[in-house]
Amino acid sequence: MSIQLKINGKIHDLDIEPDAPLLWVIRDEVGLTGTKFGCGVAQCGACTVHVNGNAQRSCVTPVSSVVGAEITTIEGLSANGLTPVQQAWIDHQVPQCGYCQSGMIMAVSALLKTKPHATDEDLASAVTNICRCGTYPRIRNAVRALANEKV
Amino acid sequence: MASTRRMVLLGGLGTAGALVVGYALWPSHRLELANAIAAKPGERFINNWIKIASDDTVTVVVPHCDMGTGIFTALPQMAAEELDADWSKVKVETAPSDSVFANGPLAEGFILSTQNMNADQIPAFLRGTVANTFRTVAGYMDLQVTGGSSAVRATGVYGMRIAGAAAREMLVKAAAARWNVNAADCTTKSNRVLHTASGRSFGYGELVADAATYSPSENPTLKPKSQYTLVGKSIPRVDIPKKVDGTTTYGVDVTLPNMLYAAIKISPVFGGKLTSVDPGAISGRRGIKKVVHLDDAVVVVADRFWRARDAVAELNPVFDNGANGTVTSGQLTARRSAALKSGDFKKDMTTGNGADALGGAHLIEATYTVPYLAHATMEPMNATAIFEDGALEVWSGTQDGLGARAFIAKTANIAIEKVTFHLLPMGGGFGRRLPGFFNFLEHAVRTAMAMPGTPVKLIYTREQDMQHDYYRPNVTNRLRASVDRSGMPSSWVSDYTTDAGANSEAHIVYKVDNQAYRTAKVETHIPVGPWRSVEASWHGFFVESFVDELAHAARKDPLEYRRELLAHSPRHLATLNLAAEKAGWGTPLPAGKGRGIAMVESFGTVVAHVADITIGPDGALKVDRIVSAADAGMTVNPDGMKAQIEGAIIYGLSAALNGEITIDKGAVVQANFPDYEVVRLQTCPAIEVHLHESDAQIGGAGEPGVPPVAPAVANAIFAATGIRVRELPFKNHNLTVASR
Ligand code: FES
Ligand code: FES
Repeated sequence: MSIQLKINGKIHDLDIEPDAPLLWVIRDEVGLTGTKFGCGVAQCGACTVHVNGNAQRSCVTPVSSVVGAEITTIEGLSANGLTPVQQAWIDHQVPQCGYCQSGMIMAVSALLKTKPHATDEDLASAVTNICRCGTYPRIRNAVRALANEKV
Repeated sequence: MASTRRMVLLGGLGTAGALVVGYALWPSHRLELANAIAAKPGERFINNWIKIASDDTVTVVVPHCDMGTGIFTALPQMAAEELDADWSKVKVETAPSDSVFANGPLAEGFILSTQNMNADQIPAFLRGTVANTFRTVAGYMDLQVTGGSSAVRATGVYGMRIAGAAAREMLVKAAAARWNVNAADCTTKSNRVLHTASGRSFGYGELVADAATYSPSENPTLKPKSQYTLVGKSIPRVDIPKKVDGTTTYGVDVTLPNMLYAAIKISPVFGGKLTSVDPGAISGRRGIKKVVHLDDAVVVVADRFWRARDAVAELNPVFDNGANGTVTSGQLTARRSAALKSGDFKKDMTTGNGADALGGAHLIEATYTVPYLAHATMEPMNATAIFEDGALEVWSGTQDGLGARAFIAKTANIAIEKVTFHLLPMGGGFGRRLPGFFNFLEHAVRTAMAMPGTPVKLIYTREQDMQHDYYRPNVTNRLRASVDRSGMPSSWVSDYTTDAGANSEAHIVYKVDNQAYRTAKVETHIPVGPWRSVEASWHGFFVESFVDELAHAARKDPLEYRRELLAHSPRHLATLNLAAEKAGWGTPLPAGKGRGIAMVESFGTVVAHVADITIGPDGALKVDRIVSAADAGMTVNPDGMKAQIEGAIIYGLSAALNGEITIDKGAVVQANFPDYEVVRLQTCPAIEVHLHESDAQIGGAGEPGVPPVAPAVANAIFAATGIRVRELPFKNHNLTVASR
């Protein structure tokens, strides 16, 4: 069966099952590996992408539910150079192993779009992603800087 | 058990100072080998880990892998410092998984030094023997281990600094020879050798071919600390830009033409053997290529990972579990209690009159327990392999590229030359991917061998990863102390259970005249392994909780009590005081809040944490703030060091609050993050890290922040509630007022 997905502005006609998980379709079918697998059960956020601008955990998203939607991955986010969020991640030396950071950056970017002046509490309740290396204090600092810049 | 040996080696090294000797540098004939393997056009190796290109660029080849700890910046910083290189002209590469680039000799130098020996002090006829002892005991020589917080301590101190300084000397010699001047009249700066008197200069690139013909000095002159321009600076990490745009390729991201994907169901009971599996349930499913029977697992190979994963979930393999299929955590607890009660101890260390000094009216006793823990690296275990014409090519992230290559050869029963291993960045290591703990490599290799000619990527689901780890051991420790009239301990007796041997991290730094350490062996079928900070992760909790209990029994302030016991050790005292001062120790807290302190030295670094906590009316524990002080001797990259301590605090806190792996029917109960909860932004306290410098030998960065976390929080809980938690994790305890 053919399913049409729009990923990073590009249309892909894919011969896949409607219930195929978006994460694995992005990684294995489309070949974009910046989106990561961490848990497969919507717990860790490593697989976060944007669906029509909102953060969504792609490991539990059946492709049939995002037909016609604008899907953006970390590759799409970075298409025109680093975004302010990514630059803040460098400035604050956030990543350690880096494995969770695609998902973190996607989740934070979506949050700041709706709440440019997000507080620590906004951040903590919106971004429940796991980082096993423990980069949360730096994420917090980076987001504080981004939220203040935009005042 | 080889793995435990390794744990001891990686986890239990002392920290005595010693001269630095670069006997790990290669004789020059090995340079040709290195050039053949790893030099690009225009580049030449000048010694083990340094290449210089015709445009003067210096490339530092790091015999480790990247698991996020920043060593790809810290190690080149150390080499570039001694080489007087301009940081903008320094590049870094991962060493190939070839024995030419082993880091074992560095570890050997490190081991010798920490035993207060060095190669020069050992009589020549014994040198080989000493080296060989380490070789056979440790199996260390053919390793490229990244673990034991050893990268900077061993590779940096014994390799990178020496390599940089020796290369600098060789370049100066080459320039002096060309100018026919004294080497002493030449200086170096920003990748150039200068002859000040005549104003002439050469770029390193022009000199490297000549320079490489000299033999490297084994003890080149190292810069005094006062002249450092790179070491001690928070240089931004070189690996970070590729970690913010999704372009870092981890093991799980390897993609090969015609690659298939594999998902596995391993015998839930450790040691179980596959007896049969009916593939009928998945016949006719789309994309399924093969069902592979392994000794302990069934694997489904498909054209896409999700198809393999969904198919393997449908299978109902039958395993023969032997006697282990009924084991529960309750039984294991009973085994540990019985082992401690039996009195059948093996003596480790005794000082003074040891256990005989125990007794008198003032005997204090407490028993503590820590649970099994999974590593739960963010990237689940995986490996990609192709078996073709009797040779294997494998891609994976491991903490030892060479060890992985040797393991693969042994698993496949082929010569090591027939194995190519590509070492990739890891989405977290924490000890999980050290040699001895390579089940994922074995499964991937055996699967690939069942499908010759086809590349196969095997990925553990999170559930398989969590249920087939090598766990931080489940340990019980009975501590006893006799105290004098003022409440100070005169004897300290530690009896603890062990899966293997004695733990040097059980030994205390506090001054107590009579000490005894004894172990009680407990047999289980649960695989255990090194978990970030290894033995210190449990003994830190035991010792620092018990010292706190002694302080309260003596009606003394826990900080004051520790200070009294540390009068002999200015370094520990200074670190403890720094944490206390920065945390405002002694300032009053509102009701419902508590403050606790703990200090542990591990991997050569002393770390003290002060935890501030709140207990809600419903008994809910919230950790508000952790203020930390760390002394790693000298710090190579302060911001990188702070990041490691922050991460270690959060890793330790995740475990202390919620972490436990329990056993039922011989298998692990927890499967994924909902039941193995970890700290997230919502539960992450404010963290402050303060660095203290001392003359001590350089200590580790990645692990030493873990051990003091759990006891600092436990001590804070006691301060707030009067409830003493002696068994982790905290989530299992009722901390409400009513329960007091
Ligand atoms: S992989 Fe999707 S939330 Fe963890
Ligand atoms: S940086 Fe390693 S998991 Fe977040």
